Amino acid sequence: MYQFQYFRPKSLDEARKLYENNGDAKFLAGGQTLIPTLKQRLAQPTALIDLGGIAMSGIKVAGGVVTIGAGTKHFDVASSADVKGAIPALSHLASHIGDPAVRHMGTLGGSIANNDPAADYPAAVLGLGATIKTTSRTISADDFFTGMFETALEEGEIITEVSFPVPEKAAYMKFPNPASRYAMVGVFVAKTKGGVRVAVTGAASSVFRESAMEAALTKSFTPDAVAGIKVSPGNMNSDLHGTAEYRAHLVTVMAKRAVATIA
Amino acid sequence: MPSVAMTVNGKAVSGEVETRTLLVHFLRENLRLTGTHVGCDTSQCGACVVHVNGKAVKSCTMLAVQAEGAQVTTVEGLTQDGKLHPVQAAFKEHHGLQCGFCTPGMIMTAVDMIRRIPDLDEKTIRAELEGNLCRCTGYQNIVKAIEAASKEMKGARA
Repeated sequence: MYQFQYFRPKSLDEARKLYENNGDAKFLAGGQTLIPTLKQRLAQPTALIDLGGIAMSGIKVAGGVVTIGAGTKHFDVASSADVKGAIPALSHLASHIGDPAVRHMGTLGGSIANNDPAADYPAAVLGLGATIKTTSRTISADDFFTGMFETALEEGEIITEVSFPVPEKAAYMKFPNPASRYAMVGVFVAKTKGGVRVAVTGAASSVFRESAMEAALTKSFTPDAVAGIKVSPGNMNSDLHGTAEYRAHLVTVMAKRAVATIA
Repeated sequence: MPSVAMTVNGKAVSGEVETRTLLVHFLRENLRLTGTHVGCDTSQCGACVVHVNGKAVKSCTMLAVQAEGAQVTTVEGLTQDGKLHPVQAAFKEHHGLQCGFCTPGMIMTAVDMIRRIPDLDEKTIRAELEGNLCRCTGYQNIVKAIEAASKEMKGARA
């Protein structure tokens, strides 16, 4: 790791000021992606502003909405009876991020602010049509994820909580990379008040909605409705773990399996 | 250099560290608690697992300064009055190790899962060991040891 200054503010106000006063600062949440990134010298922030000292964790279920504080650990989401009761698919997703030790540190806010193309949480946030609350505004999931490791967050803007509307039903199916457990492809399918939503992670440069599948599932919410849909490999990732064609095929298979668990 | 203070194995400790010093290096190099190992150094193998505020974490993926004020337990902290912790004893009894490199992390992960999950079956143990790699044993005896320790500790609590 390169050298950096370290701050642990007690409030969001203090965090924002520290960010403004430090040229190339980065916010540190659970650190499960940022610290490995720093170890590989893939980033060189002048300062780390640790958000771990600011109370931003907790889970509330009220009025058909599950609201989760940005600092809430994956483990706490996975083991929450409230989340499991309201949105079992979200609980299932959180329980399959990384491994138990990683889930004890990693946070919801950190995961979606990073927007790793193969991360799990972006699929739930987009698939459920969640709302992201920050220090300055609220952002809809459809506007939040803008590209590979890119989000709508402005400089110094901090996610404080995410609200997930409770769907009629939802499921998440991922094909994990056998070594890292990141999603080779993960598909989140939700039947919501606003219609059917299908969000795909791991396959392309950023999480995206698969509109052909949404249309097909709106007509008939069955595995067969998506089984015949061929996804174009045009925008898919191709790397040592799998080709674009392989990932495109996996999108259909994972979507079919997700629907099968709830149809 | 910043200084950091925390409680390790019940003892108040402090030291001068760089901000970039990892918790595992603070434990091994400043405190000379070399039971905690660095295996892959990429959050995958789990040889560095310790407990921070009662939860298993990978100490190679946490800065020492993040543990300011925390309660840390390493494998050295499990033995009480010269007597092996039930999980340590079970690893010995069931031959849950060969070279022993992964063992401290395996044991700390095992203690954590036994604390969280009252009825551990083989399938759950294997799933919970997701973040701990062993290159010798094929996991068979590690799983057996954790299952045995879990039963014994449950018996002791009853």
